[in-house]
Amino acid sequence: MNVQQQPAFKAGDYKSDITPIWCPGCGDFHVLLSATKALAELGTPPEKIAVISGIGCSSRIPAYTNCYGFHGVHGRSLALGAGLKVARPDLTVMVMSGDGDGFSIGGNHFLHACRRNIDMTYIVMDNRVYGMTKGQPSPTTEPDWDSALSPGGTGLSPFHPLVIALASGANFVARSFSGNIKATTQTIVEAVRHPGFSFVEILSPCVTFRPDESSWKTQTHSASVEATDDPARAARRIMTDDGFNVGILYRGKRKPYDIHVEDTFKDPAILGEEFAV
Amino acid sequence: MTTNDNIAPISSAGELLAHAYQMELDAQERYDFLADQMETHNNTGLARLFRELSRIEGLHANDIAEQMKGMDIPEIRPVDFKFPGEESPEALDMGDMHYLMTPRQALQLALRAEQNAFAFFNHILKVTTDEEVKGFAAEFAEEEEEHVELVLRELSKYPESEERQREDLDPPVSPE
Repeated sequence: MNVQQQPAFKAGDYKSDITPIWCPGCGDFHVLLSATKALAELGTPPEKIAVISGIGCSSRIPAYTNCYGFHGVHGRSLALGAGLKVARPDLTVMVMSGDGDGFSIGGNHFLHACRRNIDMTYIVMDNRVYGMTKGQPSPTTEPDWDSALSPGGTGLSPFHPLVIALASGANFVARSFSGNIKATTQTIVEAVRHPGFSFVEILSPCVTFRPDESSWKTQTHSASVEATDDPARAARRIMTDDGFNVGILYRGKRKPYDIHVEDTFKDPAILGEEFAV
Repeated sequence: MTTNDNIAPISSAGELLAHAYQMELDAQERYDFLADQMETHNNTGLARLFRELSRIEGLHANDIAEQMKGMDIPEIRPVDFKFPGEESPEALDMGDMHYLMTPRQALQLALRAEQNAFAFFNHILKVTTDEEVKGFAAEFAEEEEEHVELVLRELSKYPESEERQREDLDPPVSPE
């Protein structure tokens, strides 16, 4: 075979040998595929990438990749990711989370991560339900979603992650649909390449607790306009879309958080002495 | 089934082989992925079926790799393949999976994938003017047609009238 310039990495190079235990049909399988394809496209060596997560079905993803990873505590994935990026700016930091972890327990971290604009990528697999704990409504659940655990629906207005990200200062805002692997791959590539804090909401159906979300396959459609760098235009666009508009919606020009790393390395023995009781 | 009418023309035999090779790898990977899922959820019969399909796709990938030897094969970025849909035509849609699916349902998915692959090569066969591309497209279309027949034969072992829905005695959606 005379292959002209083999790509340095293939998607499989970023997958671990651990079998995912998500429900068959779960959108998170597609996200894992898209993320590994995106990393191959970026060509960053696995040891130069850290995948950080919180708690929930989607947060199992670091174990399924062959990169450095940290399956953190509930809602704190962005705090962990930010700390890591500040300490190790040479790493590509991808924080991957779900709608419950990211917008409820981790809601405050989300606001401030957008505001700080540290150069990292935040991917939220949004299935509008707490799947791991058997189907409670999440911050993005529709107010009239009727289920055994929320009879008649919660009646609460859902959280609007894209608007909040934009208003809080995220430098890149996009929405994607997990089943659209090609577009999701490209969106993740663009998100990682864009300087500053990039936020990608991936609509990722929960086949077990939200079988109604199978309709997302036909409901999602490409954004009919190009991404803008004007936050006001982006806000109007996001506020008036139907929630199924996918594509890159905003590419900001804010300067990323300026990371200064000082050489603070100390011999562990000296550190031990300093902390001795 | 995704329409092939809008795909960009395949300009060389090398480009077609690169597509065919990628299709087999994607199909193999996807069947393995599905076999893993079925093993995890204790649907061992289907796991075996998907594993066997994966093995067959792997053999075809090896055959194509042999054919590629000595040819100029272009490097194609994952997003630049000229497939009619979002993915390789032969890759099963993972969104259609369910842990309670029956062999018949699984085979119907596999049938759709094989039919998509046949339609892809058949379309190239019809539209190309390059004799070498035409030759390879005809060969691959014929192979995919054989796969369709293979899956149909398997499907005939699971008639709809005898299909029993699998049941989960402890379903995940419970109010407790």
